[in-house]
Amino acid sequence: MEKDNILISHAPHIWRGFSTSKIMYIVVAALLFPTAAGIYFFGYYAIYIILASVITAVLTEFVIKKLRKKKFIMDGSAVITGLLFALILPPRMPLWMVVLGAFFSIAVAKEAFGGLGYNIFNPALAGRAFLSVCFPREMTTWVLPPHFNYDAWTGATPLSGSFVPQADKLSLYKDLFFGNIGGSLGETSAMLILIGAAVLFIFRIIDWKIPAFYIGTVALGSLLMGKDVLFQVLAGGLMIGAFFMATDYVTSPVTGNGRIIFGVGVGVLTVLIRNFSNMPEGVCFSILIMNAFTPLIDKYIKVKPFGFQKKKKNA
Amino acid sequence: MGIVVKKKSAFKGLLLPENKITAKKPIEILPVPEKVTIPLQQNIGAPCEFIVNRGDTVRAGQKIADSTSYVSAPIHASISGKVSKTIKVVNPVTSNIMDAVIIESDGEDRWVELKKLFDIQKSDDFSGLKKIVDSTGKKEILKKIREAGIVGLGGATFPTHVKLNPPPDKKIDTLILNGCECEPFITSDHRIMLEYGRQVLAGLYIIARTITPENIYIAIEDNKEDAIRYLEELIIKMGFSSIFKLVSLKSRYPMGAEKTLIRTITGRSVPVGGLPMDVGAIVNNVATSKSVYEAVIEGRPLVDRVVTVTGAIENPKNLLARLGTTIGYLTGECGEVGSGANYIIIGGPMMGISIVDTDFPVTKGTNCILVKEGRVQIEQNCINCGRCVDICPMKLIPLAYVRNVKRGNFEVCREYYIENCIECGSCAYVCPANIPIVGYIKTCKSTIAKNNG
Repeated sequence: MEKDNILISHAPHIWRGFSTSKIMYIVVAALLFPTAAGIYFFGYYAIYIILASVITAVLTEFVIKKLRKKKFIMDGSAVITGLLFALILPPRMPLWMVVLGAFFSIAVAKEAFGGLGYNIFNPALAGRAFLSVCFPREMTTWVLPPHFNYDAWTGATPLSGSFVPQADKLSLYKDLFFGNIGGSLGETSAMLILIGAAVLFIFRIIDWKIPAFYIGTVALGSLLMGKDVLFQVLAGGLMIGAFFMATDYVTSPVTGNGRIIFGVGVGVLTVLIRNFSNMPEGVCFSILIMNAFTPLIDKYIKVKPFGFQKKKKNA
Repeated sequence: MGIVVKKKSAFKGLLLPENKITAKKPIEILPVPEKVTIPLQQNIGAPCEFIVNRGDTVRAGQKIADSTSYVSAPIHASISGKVSKTIKVVNPVTSNIMDAVIIESDGEDRWVELKKLFDIQKSDDFSGLKKIVDSTGKKEILKKIREAGIVGLGGATFPTHVKLNPPPDKKIDTLILNGCECEPFITSDHRIMLEYGRQVLAGLYIIARTITPENIYIAIEDNKEDAIRYLEELIIKMGFSSIFKLVSLKSRYPMGAEKTLIRTITGRSVPVGGLPMDVGAIVNNVATSKSVYEAVIEGRPLVDRVVTVTGAIENPKNLLARLGTTIGYLTGECGEVGSGANYIIIGGPMMGISIVDTDFPVTKGTNCILVKEGRVQIEQNCINCGRCVDICPMKLIPLAYVRNVKRGNFEVCREYYIENCIECGSCAYVCPANIPIVGYIKTCKSTIAKNNG
């Protein structure tokens, strides 16, 4: 060994190698299940939306990194943002608006805060909130899935007031579970979202606490409000929000107790918005509001360290 | 009916790739080198001062440096020959510059006179040994341990006679012999248990004599099945089965760390900022135990130790090397270094320290020399994933240290109990963003220490 070649580094000198980009691409793989549902139920136009969103997100990140003279790492986080953003849009969103929203997600919600790891709000949700404010009409124009017929027609989402449920409850639950119902591109099929979530659990990407406490709180809240609990849980963006949005590492707390508080908080807000606001759905804004509380939760909710003793007596 | 108790880990722990490639290789005695470099600080506590002069002839085992400070241990010549010069070396752990002495060998390896009270390898009747130990007073044992320069050989290098003499208000009821060796690659303790099992157990009996604990445990991870079986047999043979309890522990990193080991075995947690003796426990490494035996029964000071030389090297070995032998000499004994290897690490891959200078010697705390192919470490942004929080055996929030050190808020880290960190490296090992978390923590700890005088 030549002395000139010897290097120095901090311990540990080995690494598990489960890198950020591996995590990100597993999440992308998990998201392909609800993506498939979106394409199946809402037709080829869904593919345009998804491609427009993902390509815009990645390109925006690339250009901004170059402008900031930082290294662009294809870590997959922009792909996730783009894909998630597409999945929570109405299935007939005009493409230029999709591009604008994806640009906002990356440029404003993520990079302006310092890039991956520094953003306060979930970029995809921030993009959606932005479009909701700018284009309220387009953001609430829904189509019903036409089974195998790709000429979709306009209709209401299950949570909106104009929605007329089938007389038969069982077939309603079935539609909600399989996704044969109006709604955003990737939020309708609870079944495929759960399969995607299973992938996340198998690879230990997400912790069960946030989704469990989120969905649990919504279920309990709906029960207290006298609503149909199963309907409230399956309808709207709750499923995709609980498993894929609220669990975003960067914008959710790190400690177990912090995650429980976060999950309950998002749940309470969702119930409040669904029942008392003039909006039919509240998942997006609930998560965004709790995102803002994440730094505070992480500051005050600490883990008791090993060997922690209650206040030492002052000697 | 076996006497082995099985235990699961009391913490989450990591399952690391073991890479114990030298586990089956018997300890080889390394030839006496032409010269040795002996630094004057080889333990936690005060450094020693020379008690010999340049030009003096010394014998192996002769005391050459000592200190009057309580927390210290003398240092002995590891070979016979002439004290040729004193030099300065950089301590790779603390980066402090320390004095060292070079002894040039006379090639004869003459020793100081050793008085052997018992021959443990030849005798199968151990009652004589017990009688010798039982008739030796606690003070005398501690004095012999100190005079032999024995420190914790697991790597912490805390003077053993200080550890075995806790303040009177600390009642010690549990003694644990640590044979976990939870770090990958290292096999020196494993081989010591297999080849010096008698000395290790007798040493434990001597240590027990000094602190009279109620419970004595021998803790070994279950990946060293052969050592567990061998020691089990030996405990029965030596008549220790009524006082020693053999515990087979699930192999989880960092099982061998004092705090996690005590927790797993006794269920007690060493308080934040406290020591094992605060919960009535003392932990000693198997190599230390062997040296205690040699010091007390054979009068032999600590002048050599078993070092695993492993990794990307042609012929990895377990070597019994004289202290002061240069690391280059040890690696040279093990053949060609792999072509891509560019890291030399003293210690294991999780907590070891990478060095540049292959002329640095083996010291009392050197249990392993690991030659490794380097990895490209590109630090990325923390994504707040919480894996470090989840894995930390001390239940800390490692990412908070990174965040605060980057902002220069060193004092804030104390609110996160940074002093409780044992620097095991689990957090950095699992970090997806490849952040050298332990590096940040070390920086923070030393900055806090500096700021507080």
